[in-house]
Amino acid sequence: MYDRKKLAGIAARRKKWQDEALSPSLRKSPPRLDRFSTVSDEEIDLLYTPDPLSNFDYEEDLGYPGQYPYTRGVQPTMYRGRLWTMRQFAGFGSAEDTNARFKFLLAQGQTGLSTAFHFPTLMGYDSDSPRARGEVGMCGVAIDSLKDMEILFDGIPLDQVTTSMTINGPAAMVFAMYLAVAERQGVPFHKVGGTIQNDILKEYIAQHAWIFPPEPSMRIITDILAYCSENVPRWNTISISGYHIREAGSTAVQELAFTIADGIAYVQAGIEAGIPVDKFAPRLSYFFNAHTDFFEEIAKYRAARRMWARIMRERFHAKDENSWKLRFHTQTAGCTLTAQQPMNNVVRVALQALSGVLGGTQSLHTNSMDETLALPTEQAVTVALRTQQIIAEESGVANTIDPLGGSFFVEQLTNDMEEKAMEYIRKIDEMGGMVAAIKQGYPQREVADAAFHFQRLVDAGKKRIVGLNAYRSPEDTPIPLLKIDDRVEKRQVARTKEVRRKRDAKKARACLSALKEGSLDRKVNLMPLLVDAAREYVTLGEMCDTLRETMGVYTDPAMF
Amino acid sequence: MATAKAKGAAGATPKKASRKIRILVGKPGLDGHDRGAKIIARALRDAGVEVIYTGLHQTPEMIVSAAAQEDVDGIGLSILSGAHNYLFPRIIQLLREKKMGDVVLFGGGIIPDADIPKLLKKGVDRVFTPGTPIQEIVDYVSTRVQPRK
Repeated sequence: MYDRKKLAGIAARRKKWQDEALSPSLRKSPPRLDRFSTVSDEEIDLLYTPDPLSNFDYEEDLGYPGQYPYTRGVQPTMYRGRLWTMRQFAGFGSAEDTNARFKFLLAQGQTGLSTAFHFPTLMGYDSDSPRARGEVGMCGVAIDSLKDMEILFDGIPLDQVTTSMTINGPAAMVFAMYLAVAERQGVPFHKVGGTIQNDILKEYIAQHAWIFPPEPSMRIITDILAYCSENVPRWNTISISGYHIREAGSTAVQELAFTIADGIAYVQAGIEAGIPVDKFAPRLSYFFNAHTDFFEEIAKYRAARRMWARIMRERFHAKDENSWKLRFHTQTAGCTLTAQQPMNNVVRVALQALSGVLGGTQSLHTNSMDETLALPTEQAVTVALRTQQIIAEESGVANTIDPLGGSFFVEQLTNDMEEKAMEYIRKIDEMGGMVAAIKQGYPQREVADAAFHFQRLVDAGKKRIVGLNAYRSPEDTPIPLLKIDDRVEKRQVARTKEVRRKRDAKKARACLSALKEGSLDRKVNLMPLLVDAAREYVTLGEMCDTLRETMGVYTDPAMF
Repeated sequence: MATAKAKGAAGATPKKASRKIRILVGKPGLDGHDRGAKIIARALRDAGVEVIYTGLHQTPEMIVSAAAQEDVDGIGLSILSGAHNYLFPRIIQLLREKKMGDVVLFGGGIIPDADIPKLLKKGVDRVFTPGTPIQEIVDYVSTRVQPRK
């Protein structure tokens, strides 16, 4: 892109500046730190100039928004046409409690729903399972059967609102219940829009809410891909998630690399299951973390788009442009919030959210200041949503596309990020792909090492966190916290038992035996069987138990 | 891997001890957030403590049975799901039933300040809240926990 002669001149003048201006100045005022690095501990130069970017090509590396390789964004107009979806993650207590929170958030101007399920649901247990004791409704909403799902979306028309559901192990079961609710509302499947996370590979690496071992899990996922490409075309079938990999302590590069490598594994599995790539790839989406290092994060999103476009076009030979576009949801980093001086978290979230927006996200969740202590109160979640609205409506950053494009620093970081992430992907390819790499514990070890390294830097004061290892206050001002009522568990257990008592027992049994039989035959798609079971109020735990029998369960390899 | 031993700092193990301090790091309940547990397990191992890590999704019964089998001196629990008010006391109850009441039980995670006195009253020795430097936990273990025999 640059004139070679000019570049040589710039390099020479940089050298002169270093010798004549910088060196004497450094002698007078030495740098604050021995080494400047990002939060991922990648070294950062004093100054970025055009000369190391000599291979940078505007048309090839950036192009135009809405065009390959999409570095500057996936839509030609980006936020001028439509702002990102403001999608606050919510779920606690019973379906009634969460339905009320959904309605509150919609009334505050939230534009999409996002559901947090409690741990028993995430792990495929009903609320009356002994495994669920003490956990019902604590960290999300308790969903055991269609009955709970009906209450959760009561008064919320599913043809008008899109819902994101953070569910992985039992994604197919929860999705089946969602479709059954849509059916009861009279909404045909082809009008239903939303997202299930359904990213099981990330679970083995980081989040750890799994049920079945990798192979049968991949079978369920390809069943969903095939089913949706025929029946629910507006549904985002997998939200390939780096968020949790980052929360588990990975670096930005690892988040990018492992997430894209997971994406590669899903595309490969879909193709091997006989589905043409352009039939399902346009409905894959991504989910990234917005951590604290502002520019590193922006570079990460831009690199991700470019990498995915190249991988889909060159590696998988996808023809549909929609298969090349990486669309992503962003969530600000829960792990960066401090329990100390919790009001400061509002500022952290604002900066992280801004990096997501400057990185071109399609959808955003901003964390609430109280989340290191409990689930968010109405007041805290309103501030978090208002943060997005202030960025959107007041800051002016949504007025032009990719305003940081062309910054020497941002372009260099984007290139570096892509190069380092591709190195990881090459390693994973050599191991035989992500499923094989996970079995060897490779990404798990890399993330654990990075988490430990970062903790050491914090403990040594080499990474400073305000309120934690810098600027501590003797006493924190307490903030109000949400408490989950102890009675939620009792009520939920009673409701689930009642659902089992009232349903047509014969039909429910028939659904379960059909599911069991279907699971033994790879040619059968499990989705229609699960939708049938959901309609008959078969519970999530029952569906999962049936498949546990035939598919087996995954256990933690307990590495540290 | 789970019971890997490291050379570690000599100061962590009292001189009189006939063997190293043995700690079970446990993840009770269904939450999968094991970053904290793994960091503590590594830090204790590096400090010369013998660490047994249970892995995820353990029931109180599984944790106590592993503690008995491994003859540990202390149990460190990490939990973020909010189920600590049920799971911690249940583990203490099971330890007492198995005549293992002298095993020191400590924990940490997302635990509201208001819950801490109740947990201490039920027999939890110490609760660490988010942001505690790892060295503080290592120091606590090396002074508070002794090899039981």
